[in-house]
Amino acid sequence: MKKVKVKLHFPRKWLGRPLISELITKYGIVFNILHADISYDSEGTLIAEISGDDDSVNNALAYIDSVDVKYKLYNKSIIIREEECIDCGACTAVCPSEALTMDSNNKLRFDKEKCLVCELCIKACPLKIISTEF
Amino acid sequence: MKTVAEINERIKNGRAVVATAEEIIEIAEEQGYRKAAEMVDVVTTGTFGPMCSSGVFINFGHSDPPIKMQRVTLNDVPAYAGLAAVDAYIGATELSTTRGMEYGGGHVIEELVAGRDVRLHAEAHGTDCYPRKEIDTTINKYNVNQIYMYNPRNAYQNYPAATNSTKRTIHTYMGTLLPEFGNITYSTSGELSPLLNDPYYRTIGLGTSIFLGGARGYVTWQGTQHNPGQKRAENGVPVSLSGTLAVSGDLREMSTRYIKAAIYDKYGISLFVGIGIPIPIIDEEMLAFTAVRNSGIITSIADKSGNVRLDETFTYEQLQSGSVEFRGKKVKTAPLSSIGRAREIAGVLKEWIEGGRFLLTEAVEPLPMENKINKLEIRGIV
Repeated sequence: MKKVKVKLHFPRKWLGRPLISELITKYGIVFNILHADISYDSEGTLIAEISGDDDSVNNALAYIDSVDVKYKLYNKSIIIREEECIDCGACTAVCPSEALTMDSNNKLRFDKEKCLVCELCIKACPLKIISTEF
Repeated sequence: MKTVAEINERIKNGRAVVATAEEIIEIAEEQGYRKAAEMVDVVTTGTFGPMCSSGVFINFGHSDPPIKMQRVTLNDVPAYAGLAAVDAYIGATELSTTRGMEYGGGHVIEELVAGRDVRLHAEAHGTDCYPRKEIDTTINKYNVNQIYMYNPRNAYQNYPAATNSTKRTIHTYMGTLLPEFGNITYSTSGELSPLLNDPYYRTIGLGTSIFLGGARGYVTWQGTQHNPGQKRAENGVPVSLSGTLAVSGDLREMSTRYIKAAIYDKYGISLFVGIGIPIPIIDEEMLAFTAVRNSGIITSIADKSGNVRLDETFTYEQLQSGSVEFRGKKVKTAPLSSIGRAREIAGVLKEWIEGGRFLLTEAVEPLPMENKINKLEIRGIV
């Protein structure tokens, strides 16, 4: 079983194929879209989590490479030094995917699954206790 | 009707009934204002937000031979020394001369609170009475003569939320504001906030004893830009910028849990200051004031790209929900002030009072109720 987070860069022209459908049907992977900003006639990006058995995931990535879509693997993840966090909430202002939110008890909640590793929170944190880890 | 002296007697005897500004809401709802006012002696408030107008006075002690310090830095952060020979003031927002926006006065203050050594460098022109021209040493909060916080403006009674109308991200002391009203930030502890629980400053005034940074401190003056004339809602609570406090306390007794340096990206340095103020429930009216809830506190909103006040208003209940309807779309809202830590401060102050370790003081003079805010005019120099 393998799970990777990828960012796909779509070119400015129509690919001529339903890429995501193909990936799912050909390789039997689970393709979970976390963030998508794609429209006809402009460059687009899509962030997704791909999971499946090792070969399927590797083959799916190879297939993406073979069409005109470039991909980048996220091998980093966001780390918050929670014991130093004061729950001010400044990081939640910039988080685009609602990975960082304030709960009903005014505590910071971090949902790693939703995190796009965009790193905006690192700059927004006034205590500088957010960083990335490989 | 109760006097502060009577309440203090109950505190000394360990019989005072204390509730936090959150707890009192439910008590008031269950018991009604009149009964709740008889039951409860003190309501404790709290706030833990970034407060730029903060700083620390230090007297370093005299070296041999002595120096009249002229240009002073602490860990490369300039301090103001245009006072007597070895007195200086380090302000929270001052930037490091070597590390820029990565480090500043707020960090120096936090290090001092933590008890760490800080490098002192001072230069002077040298006089007959103060011949030394330079000094380079380390100081900490234990080896200086006096070290006390004096914050000219803290605990803003109410503060406008912030947003950004332009097409680019802007970086402000109200955090990072995304383009085209992409988010709204706000800074308050709302129903826990000291001056929102005593909107007309009936009990909080000059000399009021408070929780400051984990120590006992005092309200020492009206804060700068104190603006009691702000428009108020029916419940008396101002709807935008209004009252402020100048506060002071001994840094030696403070804790880094309640004093924390902050960096706002591309803006600079600030300081999280923890403040808690006890409100004596002297009558039913004070009880009613302290029973205020987030749904009853309104704030304005400013476009920080031009610092223009917009027409919309929101309650803190709406802002705390995580999003609001704004100009036809759902906009994310984010706090900047820690409500969790504010709640903790109100709780700590409650424990101090219940345990008989903290007595209330009656204000020696009330805060002014009339004050005019002046604009700085650019006048021609003759």
